[in-house]
Amino acid sequence: MEIPYTVQNRPDTGVYNAKIGIWLFLASEMMLFGGLFSAYVLLRVGADEGMWPHGWLNVKLGAINTLLLALSAITTLLAWAACKVREFGKFKFFHACTILLAVTFLGIKSYEYRDKLLHYEVQLTNGKVADGHFVEESKDFDLAKKTGTVTLHGHTVDDRKELMDLRAPAAQAAKLEEMTIAAADIKKMENYGPRHSTFTAIYFTLTGLHALHILGGTLVIFYFWGPGSKMWKTDPERFTNRIEVSGLFWHFVDLVWIFLFPVLYLT
Amino acid sequence: MQANVQTFPPFREGGSHPGHGEDHAHHEHPEPGFWEKYIFSTDHKVIGIQYGLMSLSFMLFGFFLMLLMRWQIAHPGVPVPVFGPLLEKILGQPAAHGAISPDLYNSFGAMHGTIMVFLGVVPLAFAAFGNYVTPLMIGAPDMAFPKLNMASFHVFFLGGVVMLVSFFIPGGAAQAGWTSYSPLASTIPTHGQAFWLVGMVFLITSSLLGAVNFIATIIQLRAPGMTWMRMPFFVWAQFVTAFILLLAFPPLEAAGVLQLMDNVAHTSFFLPTGLAVGGQLANISGGGSPLLWQHLFWFLGHPEVYVLILPAMGIVAEVISNNTRKPIWGYKSLVYSALFVGFLSFIVWAHHMYLTGMGQKIATFFQTTTMIISVPSVIILTCLLLSLWGGSIRLNTPMLFALGFLPMFGIGGLTGLPLGLAATDLYLHDTYYIIAHFHYVVAPGTIFALFAGVYFWFPKITGRKMSEFWGRVHFWCSFTFMNIVFMPMFAQGIKGMLRRMSDGGVNYSAARVPGAIDALPGTVMQLNGVVLWAAVCLGIAQIPFIINLFWSISHGTKVDNNPWQATTLDWQTPTPPPHGNFDVEPQVVRGPYEYSAPGHATDFTPQSEPAPKPTTAH
Repeated sequence: MEIPYTVQNRPDTGVYNAKIGIWLFLASEMMLFGGLFSAYVLLRVGADEGMWPHGWLNVKLGAINTLLLALSAITTLLAWAACKVREFGKFKFFHACTILLAVTFLGIKSYEYRDKLLHYEVQLTNGKVADGHFVEESKDFDLAKKTGTVTLHGHTVDDRKELMDLRAPAAQAAKLEEMTIAAADIKKMENYGPRHSTFTAIYFTLTGLHALHILGGTLVIFYFWGPGSKMWKTDPERFTNRIEVSGLFWHFVDLVWIFLFPVLYLT
Repeated sequence: MQANVQTFPPFREGGSHPGHGEDHAHHEHPEPGFWEKYIFSTDHKVIGIQYGLMSLSFMLFGFFLMLLMRWQIAHPGVPVPVFGPLLEKILGQPAAHGAISPDLYNSFGAMHGTIMVFLGVVPLAFAAFGNYVTPLMIGAPDMAFPKLNMASFHVFFLGGVVMLVSFFIPGGAAQAGWTSYSPLASTIPTHGQAFWLVGMVFLITSSLLGAVNFIATIIQLRAPGMTWMRMPFFVWAQFVTAFILLLAFPPLEAAGVLQLMDNVAHTSFFLPTGLAVGGQLANISGGGSPLLWQHLFWFLGHPEVYVLILPAMGIVAEVISNNTRKPIWGYKSLVYSALFVGFLSFIVWAHHMYLTGMGQKIATFFQTTTMIISVPSVIILTCLLLSLWGGSIRLNTPMLFALGFLPMFGIGGLTGLPLGLAATDLYLHDTYYIIAHFHYVVAPGTIFALFAGVYFWFPKITGRKMSEFWGRVHFWCSFTFMNIVFMPMFAQGIKGMLRRMSDGGVNYSAARVPGAIDALPGTVMQLNGVVLWAAVCLGIAQIPFIINLFWSISHGTKVDNNPWQATTLDWQTPTPPPHGNFDVEPQVVRGPYEYSAPGHATDFTPQSEPAPKPTTAH
């Protein structure tokens, strides 16, 4: 006996096997991201008054990425539709666009990560806080030995709290300039990596996990676009199903970003 | 391609079975080769057996860890007899002089729980039996996604390897209990916790893939005529279990990722502000919530209990119906109860957290749901019990284990009620009472049902029966010693003996508070010795089972395709079922438990036996 309904719909359920499989998988994905978003809510409402950051992320880049993913959702849909009407050339074109858009998204995301990892908060021995992007450091710069200097492009504030809301008028008005700090004046120097604060932790974890999903989805779509498209010649219907199923996953990943963008960038 | 009929029991040359090396050489026919047939097989039956052998091995290993812990509890600091030098050789300093240090005790405790739940009982109950039996029962040629099925097993295998490797890294395996509460789990100076988390991510992924596969299979691959209400209760139980795994595991995966970030990237998801480690303020950003971990953990943790118990109930229902020779009592009640349990299991989790200070109002909500969920559980047990009424009971080994399950699970379930109410739980929480309670549910409960399943389906897998005599020896010894192991723990717990004490309460019992009752009376401490030797005997009682299992593969009594004269489709296949299972697609015409139907020649009517034509009906 062969496994039935691998390509054709089962009459009483109205779906083929893989379609029900992907929907079940997406249900579990929903619970995965649901758990993480719940964690976000709990951590945010539990944060100390005035200590949850605002405006730390680049809204323009986030908005561009949102647009890229929204476009890729459209091209994915069109690629599937092209398969449905048996136009292989159009399928190739639309999914090439999907892959390009996804790669651009990941490129922008990496640029944002790099920006955060080069951004330092420096607690000075005089109680003030220097905050800015890394420019250069002297050759003998060593925090443990307290030798050398580091140059940042940013500004200095009296209290850490002033760094929390970068959308506030005072923060907007701050003048950023290069400043050179001696290692001897530094109490603690830390970049805006995951361990910096609860916000960066959840930002890196959520967007990182999402980026992994984008990467996985792109690899799958690339496979169907490239080597896997051989199946078009032998079994176009099954191939179309594959494009549909991978498309469903892609739409889910897009949808997660539609939630991530406002939650992390806009609030 | 022509289906390749297997003439040997599939695991005769199985990978995880010692001695496969010499069998390998005998393989002459070119396809499929050893690797495709036994390691990279996509056949649900081979995968089921792979899961079965691996999980049984892990259960034995987990049991052995427990024996070592029981020795330490009964004789704190005394070198372990026989195995002590070996332990010291393998694990070094933590097992110095062959005695178990408190750190080692902690890691054994954490790993015993993890191994028994995630590498023992769940894979055996869900993955092994589910894989082997479910497609047969619904008349399917295989699972819906055979390659995915293979991937599930391999990911599971990797998870098991990661867990085992963690014993040998510097600092040893995870020590924060199978619940891995933060911040403890992030502050113990060992990378064992990171291994535990990575291992868990593998195991969770494996479960997810398996759950997707099971649900898709049951929805899509039912044979013609196999309507939902004609499915055997076992299939229903697996169906609900798969949904629980599908939806409850991902939040733990999320929690695992967050804790991994805490341990590896030094974030503070679960670490509160002002956390001090070793008397010093920890170098962390703080702002995290330890309570969050507990919520995410128990969101899986409680549904997990029903993952452990539902497949067991499914097996017991099949065995009882078959051996009472009558339809199961209240089939529809069983199905609806299982569905209700599955749904409700998602909203009872915080009854594990009454002591966390999460608030009285939240506790009230979870007390209510906890009391409600006991209703469908009792309905299921009652249906199984009432099924015995008026049956002509065959007392064979599977039936003995199934009958043993009923009172054992009953004790486990009923002793859970005081734990579900906050007022009594405040006292009983973290005592040996709770150890006894959940072990009664899982050890003499679920594991007895799993033994019943092994004895019951063994003839289908191999074409031979396991020895009836040694099966009975196995049952009565296990039944006796199981109770001697766990019954005293209720008493110890009520007297106030706490769990997770590596000295078995010696220090605690020595405490004297003026004007207060002595912490632990001497009799409670003496029970530790009783439990130790009962546990050793319980281990010895498994030897007949292990020998019986392997010996019967080649020496058991040969039987035909349907030795138990059962009605369900799994018994209407050739033995052992070939690749593709059925020679012709079965047509299902009746419900699953048509035993002793009036007017029928035999006392069982298989689901696929053609219905008599209306004109010839009398």
